[in-house]
Amino acid sequence: MPDVLLEYQSEIWVSIGETFIMVGFSILAALLIGLPVGTFLFLCRKGQLLENQLVFSSLNLIVNIIRSFPFLLLVIFLIPFTRFIIGTAIGTAAATVPMTIIAIAHYSRLAEQSLLDVPKGVMEAAVSMGASVKDIIFKFLYVEARSALVLSMTTSTISFISYSTIMGVVGGGGIGDFAIRYGYLQFRTDLMIYIIIIMVICVQIIQYAGITLARKIDKR
Amino acid sequence: MISLHNVSKRFGSFEAIRSVSLRIESGEIHGIIGASGAGKSTLVRMMNLIEQPDEGDVVIDGETLNHLKGKRIRQIRQSLAMIFQGHHLLSNKTVFDNVVVALQLAKVPKKLRAEKVMESLRFVGLDQLKDQYPGQLSGGQKQRVAIARAIVNQPKVLLCDEPTSSLDPNTTAEVLEVIQRINQEFGVTIIIVSHEMEVIKSVCERVTVMADGQVYQELEIEPTGVHKMEHSAEGIIKRLKSGGDFNHA
Repeated sequence: MPDVLLEYQSEIWVSIGETFIMVGFSILAALLIGLPVGTFLFLCRKGQLLENQLVFSSLNLIVNIIRSFPFLLLVIFLIPFTRFIIGTAIGTAAATVPMTIIAIAHYSRLAEQSLLDVPKGVMEAAVSMGASVKDIIFKFLYVEARSALVLSMTTSTISFISYSTIMGVVGGGGIGDFAIRYGYLQFRTDLMIYIIIIMVICVQIIQYAGITLARKIDKR
Repeated sequence: MISLHNVSKRFGSFEAIRSVSLRIESGEIHGIIGASGAGKSTLVRMMNLIEQPDEGDVVIDGETLNHLKGKRIRQIRQSLAMIFQGHHLLSNKTVFDNVVVALQLAKVPKKLRAEKVMESLRFVGLDQLKDQYPGQLSGGQKQRVAIARAIVNQPKVLLCDEPTSSLDPNTTAEVLEVIQRINQEFGVTIIIVSHEMEVIKSVCERVTVMADGQVYQELEIEPTGVHKMEHSAEGIIKRLKSGGDFNHA
């Protein structure tokens, strides 16, 4: 292992832990809130089961607005809200607030698009079999879209890692912030390069795991 | 018994079904034939309320369906099974799991499910393929899985929307043979929508000819009078063709 990494070993592990917390919360929010929001968006579309133009347009607009924000500005814009929720706007816990909000918007859109790939006939067959909306979602939609949903989550996770590098502005820490503070600001270019290499390796592993899982569960 | 009373359906400005009345007796195999756009699929989809009629009533065994909502209509749909031109199977589930889903929806106790699924798969001759995925099956096999899924809950009625349109003649004959056996062995009322006269002639007892969203004529196929019906139906088609309304006989 290069000396510079050994020298900063403990700081690097702390930073990786911070990234893990921020990205972990984002994935959780994406799954628990983003997926239902994306599913609801899909179901409210024209010609779908819960077609409702007003609800669809409103939700669609909110998702678009959040995704349109440059992430750094979103973090700053949300400071009062973060303070209200967490009690402080500084630190890793505070950083999870804007991260979860962007995660929900990001994954809901990707989930909605994944569900659009489910053949309409499958939904039609489900309705003809007497399936309720809940049955249609869990026994038909998610079953048919599962590999696309996994790939979308892979893409989202990689984006969350990228977003997490910005969280240094509110003291969120993380491996990206470490690379900026210790590598760039202290003129340790070699350290910065090593951190970038670590991040590239992490992203490659996540991408590989996502593609492998998606392929394994795709029986089409 | 299925009765439609003056049902109509519009899609925007297009009048898909215009005041159609129809009566189908329990246990019969009834054909609905017509060209593309004649309204035959819309008509059959109104029987299980996948399409809600704008006007008129759908009555099954004395119960008017089109005012029902929620759980009751879902229960009714489980007794009015349906198969489609595309098999509409879950491609990520095995043949067994595709059939068992119908039992899960009907809340059949878990311990009874495996036996019922295998019984249904044996009926369509696919019990040996229970662990295969739809992507590994031929078109005819997929349609037979869809039939197994449709009959596993022992429905009263089987609605077949162009069930053989994408199949070759041999596979079509196999699928029609299964449909006919369902009627003979279980007494299930069967309604087959098709634009192919051969399909209708081979299995149906009565035929409704549709054109422009209306019932043009109802015909009976007598055991010894198939030819009579054939001429009659073809005559209708020719007449419609000459009028430019029937583009796909």
